[in-house]
Amino acid sequence: MESQRTYFAKAIIELGRRNPDVVVVGADTTESIKTIDFGKVFPDRFFQLGIAEPNMISVAAGLAAAGKIPFASTYSVFGAAHTYNIIRQNVAYTNLNVKLFCSHAGLTVGPDGATHQMNEDIALMRGIPRMTVLVPADGPQTAKCVDAAAEMRGPVYCRFSRTNVPTISSMDDGFSIGKAETLRDGFDVTLIGCGIMVARCLDAADALKREGIHARVINLSTVKPLDIATIDRAARQTGGIVTAEEHTIVHGIGAAVASVIVGNHPVPVGMVGVQDVFGESGEAEELLVKYGLTAEKIVETARDVMKRRV
Amino acid sequence: MATHVASKQPFGASEVIRTRAYCPGRSGRGTGAGRSMVDVSEDLIRGLKKKAVTLRKHIIRMTHNAQSGHPGGSMSACDIVTALYFHVLRVDPTNPTWPDRDRFVLSKGHACPVWYAALAERGFFPIEELMTFRKINSRLQGHPELGTTPGVENAAGAEGQGLSFSVGLALAARMDHKVWRTYCVLGDGEQDIGQTWEAAMAASKYGLERLTAFIDRNGIQQEGRTEDIMPLEPLAEKWEAFNWHVLTIDGHDFRQIFAAIEEAHRIRGRPTAVIARTVKGKGVSFMENKIKYHGAATSDEELKLALAELDAMEAAI
Repeated sequence: MESQRTYFAKAIIELGRRNPDVVVVGADTTESIKTIDFGKVFPDRFFQLGIAEPNMISVAAGLAAAGKIPFASTYSVFGAAHTYNIIRQNVAYTNLNVKLFCSHAGLTVGPDGATHQMNEDIALMRGIPRMTVLVPADGPQTAKCVDAAAEMRGPVYCRFSRTNVPTISSMDDGFSIGKAETLRDGFDVTLIGCGIMVARCLDAADALKREGIHARVINLSTVKPLDIATIDRAARQTGGIVTAEEHTIVHGIGAAVASVIVGNHPVPVGMVGVQDVFGESGEAEELLVKYGLTAEKIVETARDVMKRRV
Repeated sequence: MATHVASKQPFGASEVIRTRAYCPGRSGRGTGAGRSMVDVSEDLIRGLKKKAVTLRKHIIRMTHNAQSGHPGGSMSACDIVTALYFHVLRVDPTNPTWPDRDRFVLSKGHACPVWYAALAERGFFPIEELMTFRKINSRLQGHPELGTTPGVENAAGAEGQGLSFSVGLALAARMDHKVWRTYCVLGDGEQDIGQTWEAAMAASKYGLERLTAFIDRNGIQQEGRTEDIMPLEPLAEKWEAFNWHVLTIDGHDFRQIFAAIEEAHRIRGRPTAVIARTVKGKGVSFMENKIKYHGAATSDEELKLALAELDAMEAAI
């Protein structure tokens, strides 16, 4: 179990050493997100802007307009929701090179409760034209998202979790934006997960295997642009899809995947995620169980999808 | 209370400007403008006045042609924009993205007719293109779009974002030890918005001395007088409390505008806010101080009257 934030913080420092145009803006959450570490190494390239996220986003846009590569980071509830129209007008409409890397996404924020559990950010961000949306599954992928975001020109939103997550990839693995990685092959059903739910999809695939069901597992680390070819192939080859996300099923990856499937090769789809409700205080693991974001729920949904198959 | 400063004198910074932390002994280390704001000839002023009338005619024609848009706030900001684009800003119409250019940011995006008119007159794109404003397939969107219109530096329309954007620009310039300056024009309606004050705090925190904000204090926003909708006064004191260097001028007096810019260039360690007292709809009698013309175009009859007034004004210069 490792912290995505630790990988993120290391990655932006390493990127900062390679590229002097990389700058970081923060909003009074820099210690917990660990961007303060970048500030210690590059004090002239780090801007603490206080509890003023709209300003932080527009300042990042201005920095980008003058050639910098700003990473704007805070908790996703503040960075993606409080700032929605700022991102829309100042970052996406302008197509500026701003990288929004937000931690503390989803239920696993835990005891802080529903005010801080951002289960709607993927929905918000994937609806904005020109936005690239990344959801890394673990620490190494979070680091890779930093490099990949910096390499591409244009706005990027990347969300990750506060809680420590199982490491399922390595720094030696390849990563490219727009490519959904097939982690396990199988032809009976497909499990498509993002973020912390990818590890749970792998656990679910193990459980299904014990029942003789061979599940394909896909890591949808890029939510936008969607890897339509990989999703379409999964629908055609396995005939049923389960999506799993630490996010509302309203306009999340389930909806994104379903729209591809409906438009190409309709097969049954089941969605594991937050069921259009707010969260509550509790430990991360307790919340995942209570709100049905478990490997068991994925297994159950997979069985249901397979039953519904014509 | 901020005071409205009349300009009967030729001018002098102390005459027109409320000054704090003014350091007259220090020479400018690259004012950026490269042109004198002090030795302004009568000919130059006359030329600028004529140019401002030309821009106002464009504003009236563009919004009439579109039968929409925001003439009132475009005309109130017209003299500030004219002063900047035709005497102050170091920009290159043949190379709109020249990295060392001064940056002009229009935070009150609805006033883009004046920006487009200035850019066209300055040679960034053909003047005929102004008549495509707000039409389908045009480069001149109803509110500014970055990357589409040559010379436009920011997207605005949702208010309150431009000063923060300017802070980002000014920070980048300072990081790179560049001398270019950032000028941001804000509306007074935008003073309602929290983000404006977030930006004000950030700009003073970082001591952005190459950032100058003009507040187009025309006193009217979409639904009424600013002081009825959301009282702003004492506005100068608010900016001072946010640690800005604050000046209050007549925003239709070129000499006062230049004096303010000259002083802003001299100030060290702080950004400067210029509260420019203006008249909404300035230049056309029946539009002046009328709430209606915040967001209403002229009728065919009004167009004729307005252009006739502006012709007469031009002839009198």
